[in-house]
Amino acid sequence: MERPVALAVRGLSKRFDRPAVDALDLTVYGGEFYALVGPNGAGKTTTLRMVTGLLRPDAGSIAIDGIDALTDPIAAKQITAWLSDEPMIYDKLTPYEYLEFVAGLWRIEPVTAEARARELIGWLGLAPHANERCEGFSRGMRQKVALAGALVHDPKLIILDEPLTGLDAGSARHVKNVLAARVAAGGTVIMTTHILEVAERMADRIGIIAGGRLIAEGTLDELRRKTGKTGTSLEDTFLTLVETPVAAE
Amino acid sequence: MSAPATITWLAGHELRLGWRDWLSMMTGGRRGRVRTVAIALVLFAAFMHLIAWAMVGPYAATPADPGKAALVALTGTLLLSWSLLLSQAMESVTRAFYTRSDLDLILTSPVSQRKVFAVRIARIAAAVTAMALFLAAPFINVLALSGGARWLAAYGVVVAMGMTAAAFAVALTVGLFRLIGPKRTRLIAQIVAAVIGAAFVIGLQVAAILTYGSLSRFAPLQSRWLVSHAPDAASAVWLPARAVLGDFGALLVVVAVSIVLLAAAIAIFSRRFGEHVIAASGVSQATVRQRASSGFRVASAAHALRRKEWTLLRRDPWLVSQTLMQILYLLPPALLLWRSFHEGAGGFVLLVPVLVMAAGQLGGGLAWLSISGEDAPDLVATAPISPRRVTWAKIEAVMQTIALVFAPFVAALAFASPRAALVAGAGALVAAAASTFVQLCFRTQARRSQFRRRQVSSRIATFAEAFSSIAWAATAALIALGTWVAAFPAVIAIGILAGVRLLRPPQAA
Repeated sequence: MERPVALAVRGLSKRFDRPAVDALDLTVYGGEFYALVGPNGAGKTTTLRMVTGLLRPDAGSIAIDGIDALTDPIAAKQITAWLSDEPMIYDKLTPYEYLEFVAGLWRIEPVTAEARARELIGWLGLAPHANERCEGFSRGMRQKVALAGALVHDPKLIILDEPLTGLDAGSARHVKNVLAARVAAGGTVIMTTHILEVAERMADRIGIIAGGRLIAEGTLDELRRKTGKTGTSLEDTFLTLVETPVAAE
Repeated sequence: MSAPATITWLAGHELRLGWRDWLSMMTGGRRGRVRTVAIALVLFAAFMHLIAWAMVGPYAATPADPGKAALVALTGTLLLSWSLLLSQAMESVTRAFYTRSDLDLILTSPVSQRKVFAVRIARIAAAVTAMALFLAAPFINVLALSGGARWLAAYGVVVAMGMTAAAFAVALTVGLFRLIGPKRTRLIAQIVAAVIGAAFVIGLQVAAILTYGSLSRFAPLQSRWLVSHAPDAASAVWLPARAVLGDFGALLVVVAVSIVLLAAAIAIFSRRFGEHVIAASGVSQATVRQRASSGFRVASAAHALRRKEWTLLRRDPWLVSQTLMQILYLLPPALLLWRSFHEGAGGFVLLVPVLVMAAGQLGGGLAWLSISGEDAPDLVATAPISPRRVTWAKIEAVMQTIALVFAPFVAALAFASPRAALVAGAGALVAAAASTFVQLCFRTQARRSQFRRRQVSSRIATFAEAFSSIAWAATAALIALGTWVAAFPAVIAIGILAGVRLLRPPQAA
């Protein structure tokens, strides 16, 4: 049976003073945990910002769950969530109020949204702070609130840019557990990360991007085979691939 | 070049930082704008000289030894200007306490903290003085050109005012720090600074209204009562005024006293300054609990956005104080309304432009907060709602707040003059909408906490917002008077908005 495609990117390009993303093709399947890794300035964040509608591409197409994100951005956004490395929350709102606001933006029916918000707040260990303003929160707590915001509208596709940056071990574990549960429940997760162990342990497939192009893609074993070295870590595989780029399949 | 870690070396470092800050503020961080800014400054200076010519030209012939009445008026004017300088200096001192920037580096370095903060206090004094000189120069130049070189002594008085304002600002802020602690000083000091800046102007207007039924702040300074009760003409109180008029003996005393005051402030407070900065850095955000909500109520994306804007504004006392400072200026007209109402004096028309102007300014501030000061821009941009609807929801939030704030004033005015109330109400909404349009054309991405630096992002937007409000206020005033001349300022106001539309940066187009 053919797997449903959650994200299909074709010939995606974006140029600032130099090409940031260069005719990139990328396919992510439904129910998949996809990790996008690459050196600094490789084009990972630019790619994901174009997918979420935060940047307009110069060329190419983006389809989310079959919806053309460039011609029908509202419909594409309705089933997508974006979480950046810098938590996007309001200092003067409580987590509960923040989730009410996000649910309002996604037009989720209040009763459903409230039940989901309560569940997420409990799940992420935010219950004791649910009615406190976010201004005094640690980075980890802020990231949890932002993650709850990304999940409260029950998106089919969650896109995360370095979500574990600056988190302590406990908070990072919380976030990873939530993402793993999401994938187990049939959701799709695309995540950029510099922490290769996380990609190695959590991702179904890993895409390596460099110079704005996808230079390799596959499971860890498939990537190892590309380098001709078996039994090596993702870090060794990654460094070998980035130093001697091979054509993407 | 001076040796590292000496006072002169640190002063050089501060000077370089200060210069780059100023340049960045003037050019909005764009190097290509330096020439444009230079030309704009020259034009502004020329324009200010024309204004100064009209305002102070007739006073150039004031004798060097005038009567007590002139000394009272001049001293009052100096005090008025000094209160504004003090307000500005307090703002700078508070920022020096709480802005982290390079403080971690300085506080962990082996350089004497006392030296560092002595230089920082001197920098605040220099910045305040430079601003005062820039604003006072056209007036002094005009007086010197028309009345003789003796008026150049006023430059010395301005320098003295800058130094004393910095000295008092340091003393006041440190005093607040000791009195109420670092947690509360941040907010209170900024409010006190704003109130000091406004209080003297407003106080004079209130006195003018209660005594003369006029909004002119100079009326009380020219009153017979004040002149007769003021100290004798030989009193030292008049030394600054005499110095301005060219008495070089008085100038020497004024400058010497100001140097002593600033030196004393540096000597006394530079040591404690470091301690207070460390105390301020230890201030963490207190946990604020909100009453548990009774359930999700948001029905639509637009409703969610409006509700969020109101909640954020309501919960930020600093922002409320900053925005409501503009409302404080409504106090004198409110008093005028009350007085006119009781005495049937018919001064209602005067209120119309004041209300319209205030609405324009408040609308601009609120529009910046709502449109540019979005703390979660990615969240809103990735939500399934069109950018046009987001913008409309934010505009609605601004306009509804304006309506809420100004409705009581307009309603009160309606009791006295329904026609004036109608014009004021409509004018307030139009002026606020025009300011919102300006902010929309020059929107940037910033954090709400950068509210005070909103003017930095675009000088064009700042001036356009101010001139648009003035033009709409003039239009409303002339409509209230029932004259067709109102068409002229209305055309100017529309022209300003058309210019804004033409000059808006491409991303806002």
